[in-house]
Amino acid sequence: MSDVRASERTLRGRPLLTTRYSDELKIFTTATKRNWTIVLIAVTAALPFALERDLVSLLSTVFVFAIGGIGLNILTGYAGQVSLGHAFFLGLGAYTAAVLGGERSGGVVGLGLDMAIWLPLAGLVPALVGLAVAPLAARVRGLYLAILTLGLVFIGEHIFKEADWITGGAGVGRAPAEAVLFGFDLFAAHEILGYQLDRFTVFYYACFVIFVVMAFAARNLARSRFGRAFAAVRDRDVAAEVMGVNLLRTKTLAFAVSSFYAGIAGALLSIIFGRITPENWNLFLSIDFLAVVFIGGLATISGSILGAVFVVMLPKLVEEFSDYVPLTSDVGQGGLFTVFQLQSLLFGVLIVVFLVLEPRGLYGLWVRVRNYFKAWPFSY
Amino acid sequence: METFVAAIIGGLGTGAVYALLAVGFVIIYRTTEVINFAQPALMILGAYASSALVSQAGLPFWLSVVVAMLVLALVGMVTERIALRPMIGRPSFSAATVTVGVFIVLLIVAFRLIGPDIITAGDPWGLQTVTVLGATVFTLDLAKIVISLTAVAAVGLFLARSRVGLAMRATAFDQETALAQGVKVGRMFGLSWGISAGLAALAGVLVSSGASGVDATIALVALKALPVIILGGLDSIKGSVIAGLLIGIAEGLTKAYQPEFVPWLGANFDLVVPYLIMIVVLMVRPYGMFGTKEVIRV
Repeated sequence: MSDVRASERTLRGRPLLTTRYSDELKIFTTATKRNWTIVLIAVTAALPFALERDLVSLLSTVFVFAIGGIGLNILTGYAGQVSLGHAFFLGLGAYTAAVLGGERSGGVVGLGLDMAIWLPLAGLVPALVGLAVAPLAARVRGLYLAILTLGLVFIGEHIFKEADWITGGAGVGRAPAEAVLFGFDLFAAHEILGYQLDRFTVFYYACFVIFVVMAFAARNLARSRFGRAFAAVRDRDVAAEVMGVNLLRTKTLAFAVSSFYAGIAGALLSIIFGRITPENWNLFLSIDFLAVVFIGGLATISGSILGAVFVVMLPKLVEEFSDYVPLTSDVGQGGLFTVFQLQSLLFGVLIVVFLVLEPRGLYGLWVRVRNYFKAWPFSY
Repeated sequence: METFVAAIIGGLGTGAVYALLAVGFVIIYRTTEVINFAQPALMILGAYASSALVSQAGLPFWLSVVVAMLVLALVGMVTERIALRPMIGRPSFSAATVTVGVFIVLLIVAFRLIGPDIITAGDPWGLQTVTVLGATVFTLDLAKIVISLTAVAAVGLFLARSRVGLAMRATAFDQETALAQGVKVGRMFGLSWGISAGLAALAGVLVSSGASGVDATIALVALKALPVIILGGLDSIKGSVIAGLLIGIAEGLTKAYQPEFVPWLGANFDLVVPYLIMIVVLMVRPYGMFGTKEVIRV
């Protein structure tokens, strides 16, 4: 009894010293992390009052990308299964939401249900499809899997184009689901507690809450026995199997959870897009999410969030600074590249640069900075 | 019967180009264990280079094709040296993701070079047709078959008979042992990228000739070589040729008969046929028809 108290006392000043395994598996391993997380959540909640409307809208996109990125990170970062098929599951989520929560119009079906129904189902339907694909995906390893999931994107795009009673058909598209939760429209201006909030701010909070819940859920999953099974499968699947980890079940679970996250992200993304066409869910969207995971850092939730901020904000940054960059121009004015081309070019270059120079991504950069200041001024 | 022959020959033409691209993938995979997702971009750049040499420098078509292949081989080698060499020893999916980044960069460069106008490949075939077994087929398809298979045969012969080819195979077999025998393994990596990019350039010229023109959408053609290498096995040149031709024929037949007999599968269904075949094959044989089964040890 007194031993426990003694260890707790010594721990107070030394957060890195753990004497129990359960301490290492805490959701926040140190009090500093917990406090900073609370501060960050508070700051993010206050941001819409300080920022302009288009930035608020962009930040909602960041949350959505973070949700999708966390999903892909569970599959690719934690469980080690590279997937190029994320866009397919996003599309599946978007269309599930649109059918259940959208309006019937011009030949496309829509049931007009409440968000409390369509949001969970937008995750569950892709998760079920993920379950169906997983046994096949679990048979193949490494790059074979990457190509298999690439096929999924193309087949999915074809199905989306053909099922025009759901999707509106190629090039036409349809309106997404309506974000009405228990009769409260999350995508409309409201007056709350005397504050006049525009629709983007309201939707910002909706995305933020969903994002925080899902990020914590993912962190929890990662520290559970399933999360450890994922890591074991990633690091050495044969060894994991020898230790009693069921490979098929673990990979299937990773696929299902990842698809669930993708589905939710897809449903929210479709509302931000405003109108969705089958072409939205193509290979390049998958590459975007792959970039979120790889630029942010494999197998860290906070890394995926950083990656999402980076991937979504990069085009905006390039746009802001394009006047100062001598090479860019609008279309047909003789500059070396247009702004759009520069954005994509930079995107590709950064994927390469991060993977070559800092494989742990933005999270790795952060760890370096943190370690430098931890031992400051004796950092060598 | 005429439809059938035309479909088969058209399919073989497409399939021969797939085989050409697939061999490029396989050569890189065998030496470096990386799937080069940048191949589609190299293909478009090759098509552009050749077309620019014909139309702007006024070179004869054949010469410009050869020069374009050499230029792209250089681009491939430089890419390997800058972006892929530092990735040695890292997980192969990280290296594959690097090639995705390279793909985006090269694709944007290609977009910028090609511009908004459609440019023609300047090929001698155009839309000419010949009659084979009573069916009218494009000369282009025959040219695709002959040129692709010749190029693949030349590469196969190079790998099988030449000293450098032997060194490349040694590298593919075991890098450390190859190093110990005096093979410059790094140079072999570069060479495999060079050969692969050269083949991609040739494929680009073939794909963009005829009616299609040099256009960024032909990148999708190169991605269809991925099901081909899965079907044939990632490390088998023989497999990729056979699988390429098979998938080409399957695509050609689907294009000819599916709109008539199973219209509910939708327009352009032939474009997803390679991926469907791939999925079916993976269910039965996870390492393709001729791929080496990975020996798993603890």
